[in-house]
Amino acid sequence: MNLKVNLAGVELKNPVMTASGTFGSGAEYGEMVDLNKLGAVVTKGVANVPWPGNPTPRIAETYGGMINAIGLQNPGMEVFIKRDIPFLKQYDTKIIVNVCGKTTEDYLEVVERLGDEPVDMLEINISCPNVKEGGIAFGQDPKAVEAITREVKKYAKQPVIMKLSPNVTDIAEMARAAEAGGADVLSLINTLTGMKIDVNKRTFAVANRTGGLSGPAVKPVAVRMVYQVANAVKVPIIGMGGISNTEDALEFILAGATAVSVGTANFYNPYATVEIAQGLEAYLRKNQMDDINQLIGAVR
Amino acid sequence: MAQKKVTACVAGQMRLTEDVYSMWIEEPEMASQAKPGQFISVYTKDGAKLLPRPISICEINPADGQLRIVYRVVGAGTEEFSHYQAGDSIEIMGPLGNGFPVETAGEGRKAFLIGGGIGIPPMLELAKQLNCEKQVILGYRDVLFLQDEFEPYGTVYVATEDGSAGTKGNVLDAINENDLKADVIYACGPTPMLRALKAYAAEKNIECYLSLEEKMACGIGACLACVCKTKEIDEHSQVHNKRICKDGPVFRAEEVEL
Repeated sequence: MNLKVNLAGVELKNPVMTASGTFGSGAEYGEMVDLNKLGAVVTKGVANVPWPGNPTPRIAETYGGMINAIGLQNPGMEVFIKRDIPFLKQYDTKIIVNVCGKTTEDYLEVVERLGDEPVDMLEINISCPNVKEGGIAFGQDPKAVEAITREVKKYAKQPVIMKLSPNVTDIAEMARAAEAGGADVLSLINTLTGMKIDVNKRTFAVANRTGGLSGPAVKPVAVRMVYQVANAVKVPIIGMGGISNTEDALEFILAGATAVSVGTANFYNPYATVEIAQGLEAYLRKNQMDDINQLIGAVR
Repeated sequence: MAQKKVTACVAGQMRLTEDVYSMWIEEPEMASQAKPGQFISVYTKDGAKLLPRPISICEINPADGQLRIVYRVVGAGTEEFSHYQAGDSIEIMGPLGNGFPVETAGEGRKAFLIGGGIGIPPMLELAKQLNCEKQVILGYRDVLFLQDEFEPYGTVYVATEDGSAGTKGNVLDAINENDLKADVIYACGPTPMLRALKAYAAEKNIECYLSLEEKMACGIGACLACVCKTKEIDEHSQVHNKRICKDGPVFRAEEVEL
């Protein structure tokens, strides 16, 4: 039975990976989850210098979901390279580094610095809704998407994943722009901008006022967008948005995703990633299929 | 052995006040590892409520393989927990965080154990385990709970905002009114109380440990939701932030900015 999938020449042992920002660099969850069983670990966003992130409260629970406005707190690329990459290298899994920046130059600095590091792929975060500069500012205009993709591709030594924002009118247009800029893979969706009001304190539930909505509540939106993008571009897609179990993962794969990321579910089920990888295998067996690739985009 | 997420069994539950509940949970492995000041994440059974509720450990009974939590019903999640009865299952992860440094006290030392409101419960296991002279100062808005359970371990002083019991005012008013002295402070409670104690400890040059609280998602240090401001740049984050769940929840007062 084959669970292996291929993303721009990088072979994953199975299609299950972590979603950036929910899993750190794997060290904390590694105490509970066997990282060797994951297709890839996608790290928290890494910038050229340390970022302090937003004030607290940074999260709030919403019905079937949560809002976060962490603000891409990260220790900067040098500490990440010295501490987190060697940690991940101990495991038999692919390493995908999520890259964030305030300016194009910031992104390029990280992309260039990671060029000679043992990193398998780069995921470029042009879709974080919680930072004032950079992030989503690059992800809501097709010309900007294409331009930054093109710049990143000039410097990147690893395959480039462009992570798309759902906070746009036409996700297919953004996907085509990234593909035109040379993206090797697309990942979607990042979080949907949301707001929650604390009625007892009569203020915003997260200090940033708005935050990114994630969790099962966003899943139907994400599946629809993956389907639209799969029909608009030729590059492979990493699907994510509220995946909690095997059935959720299968929806994304059937809609056109080659791989899937598990994010918010890690918070309520730390074992979700491994359970889904096992569940996909069981699904194939039950349906007398022998290759996960037969399912990718099978629903048209 | 690190923390784990398990389905445990409720050993029993009691209502202490109108909205404060006491629950014993059977989980022998966690009970054998837990330390005073650590917490557990408690998960609801409602699929629409995703995030765990971090609740401090009030008592540990390794012999019976049980942990006790004492918590206030503040929303629909804790409301659900309050209906659990002996024999019911409960989803928990733990033990989480670093507890109070019990070894810092010792014979001959005088300690303040200070709890404010729903910050009182973790001080009970600490009172049991600390080996020094203990003065327990408990602050309440009005209705008392747990205060009698501290009696065997130290001298208990109570402050209430409405003056219905003990000193009228807050825990510092109780300290001043009773002219209490200490050379180490352990505290858990609302941020304004902790801020006042940090200033008090700095002024009197007393070693002081504070247990902080913040909204949490993962509970294990990965998501960076529950950070607090730190005086120095933290080695892990490389910025002035520490993770309350993983690096705390107990910090030395001078480490953190409140």
